[in-house]
Amino acid sequence: MNRIPWRWTLAYGLLLLLLFLLLSASLCSGSIAISPGGIWEILTAGGGEEMQRRVIWEIRLPRLLCAALLGAALSVSGYLLQLFFANPIAGPFVLGISSGAKLAVAITLILFLRAGRSLPSFVLVLAAFAGSLLSMVLILLLSRRVKRMSVLVVCGVMIGYLCSAVTEFLVTFADESNIVNLHNWSMGSFSGMSWGDVSVITALVLAGFFLAMLLSKPMQAYQLGEVYAQNAGVSVRVLRTELVLLSSLLSSCVTAFAGPISFVGVAVPHIVKRFMNTAKPLAALPACFLAGADFCLLCDLLARNLFAPTELSISAVTAVFGAPVVIWAMLSRQKEEVGG
Amino acid sequence: MSVILHAQALTAGYHRTAVIQDAALQLSSGEILTLIGPNGAGKSTLLRSLIRQLQPMSGVITLHGKALQTVSPNRLARQMAVVMTDRIRPELMTCGEVVRTGRYPYTGHLGILSCEDEAFVREAMELVEITPLRDTPFQSVSDGQRQRVMLARAICQQPEILVLDEPTSYLDIRHKLELCSVLRRIARKRGVAILMTLHELELALKCSDRIVCVRQGRIEKSGTPEEIIQDDYISRSFRLDRGSFDPVSGTLELEPPCGTPELFVIGGGGTAIPLYRTLQRREIPFYTGVLHENDIELPVARALAGEVFVTPAFEAISEESLQRASEAVQRCRRVICCVSAFGTMNEGNNRLLHLAQRQGSLTTLEELLRSKQQGGSSNAL
Repeated sequence: MNRIPWRWTLAYGLLLLLLFLLLSASLCSGSIAISPGGIWEILTAGGGEEMQRRVIWEIRLPRLLCAALLGAALSVSGYLLQLFFANPIAGPFVLGISSGAKLAVAITLILFLRAGRSLPSFVLVLAAFAGSLLSMVLILLLSRRVKRMSVLVVCGVMIGYLCSAVTEFLVTFADESNIVNLHNWSMGSFSGMSWGDVSVITALVLAGFFLAMLLSKPMQAYQLGEVYAQNAGVSVRVLRTELVLLSSLLSSCVTAFAGPISFVGVAVPHIVKRFMNTAKPLAALPACFLAGADFCLLCDLLARNLFAPTELSISAVTAVFGAPVVIWAMLSRQKEEVGG
Repeated sequence: MSVILHAQALTAGYHRTAVIQDAALQLSSGEILTLIGPNGAGKSTLLRSLIRQLQPMSGVITLHGKALQTVSPNRLARQMAVVMTDRIRPELMTCGEVVRTGRYPYTGHLGILSCEDEAFVREAMELVEITPLRDTPFQSVSDGQRQRVMLARAICQQPEILVLDEPTSYLDIRHKLELCSVLRRIARKRGVAILMTLHELELALKCSDRIVCVRQGRIEKSGTPEEIIQDDYISRSFRLDRGSFDPVSGTLELEPPCGTPELFVIGGGGTAIPLYRTLQRREIPFYTGVLHENDIELPVARALAGEVFVTPAFEAISEESLQRASEAVQRCRRVICCVSAFGTMNEGNNRLLHLAQRQGSLTTLEELLRSKQQGGSSNAL
């Protein structure tokens, strides 16, 4: 076991290659055609036309970095939740955690915009974090009574609908000038990211990921259930709290900046774990990070280009790819239960 | 032998209802201590509070003289390993990986095992014979194999105390015996203290150094197996109204067939034991004799026969018991003889055989079963 299984090597190779290709493709594609050579020049030497330079530096580059990082955050958050609930269909969106964040952000936005103030991004993150935690606590309370995961997921989806309904309601009665803005955001999009956003996102996501990696030993032990985790020297209560806080932090970061994005958190970790044939945090968590980045870059690319110049909401694209995977996850879970 | 784990005036339970009350327990290095008792007696609750899975409602538990509550999680993990009955479903883990988690208390922050750790893992897997399962997914092996994987995990943890809750459930008879010898070996050679619950009385009596009997939420009796099997305590505590427990051999027998016997079995020296069991299963009541008091088959005969005719040991069969046995033979329509040769001590049984031959009632088990089948019921005997 000391040598690394070929599947792991293959997975990381593929993920890195895909990341490179998708980053390049995202840089090259857009309403203004710029040749790859031109882009290279702009990035390295700072040459090129003023307009092209601004498109690359101020629109495309922040956007693709955000898409990659936020996708990674969603995927890692999903992995943590799946571990927490010991179930492959857990994720920030299906459990209503993203929607809680969305509601909190909508309320904050409306209040601040009405007061005529602009919003620092960390306030949005804080609001989203509070909303996530609130939904999470609700789900945790429910999970004490509801032992069956499928019922819990239905509860999560209902919480999601409830939050969305309230959000819709608030948006309807918001000032006209804010509606477009709010509406776009509540559909989920990676557009309009600034470098300030990029730096906040980078700091939060990388910190969250780093902290999650530090938990890889207790997380691995936790896969054997509470009794054996404790017997491996893990303080289960502390670990559970850490998992809740980290997954909420990561998913609320996404919601604060890009709005709720569906299914990435469930689908990506599931595919990664199946492909690598392991759920070991040390091996699977970085792969989930990369795969989430790849997945969101791809979806963003499609959302921008499929019906250009009309842009699709990112959730529409992620759902098309993600929902079938969720069904697959449920089916394979069913099979495992019958077989084992 | 030094005391490692000590519990005093321990009361524990769930939702403020005490399941076990006022329990006291001492566990020393190198000994195997078994908790026995009927289902629902509070064994597992006691165990769970001793491994700190359950906060006791009152009482003191100390580990090496230090209050259990104050021991750090990692330190506790190095000193105590558990195999519980909880079903686990680790995602995509091989059996080898499950065993490896036993080394976690000794690894650094990322849980990467050193060569030394790997050696302990290999050794533990060999000890419980699961080396071939190393790369097999845990979810796809049988319950018995899972149990052994969890045992290997606990063994490679190198604890001072090994706690096992019903470790023999799911195991077949061969692995039950092997489990016992493995536990004995690690208790003797490594001085590991073993604390377990068992519901198999016979196994508990055979492999424990001390036994603690838990009944109705209290520790009723404790001591060596020899002390425990004295008198009819076990029959009482397990409420064996049907069937019986033999303190000498430590075996359990089912209840005897009811009804008036119409069959006499001439046995001795253990030759008739299989026949007794067959008759019990077929619910055919029988007399048996004449057995000497030290005969190996006497306990089974006593448990299963309608009446046993007994004579003092090391003496020829007494006229009195022979007389009573002859009367029984005359009453019976069938006689089966399991003995092929009679010595001087056993001459009386030879006379019973001749009596049966004269009566024409001598038969074999096969014939008996055939006629029973034709007759439809045991009454037709």
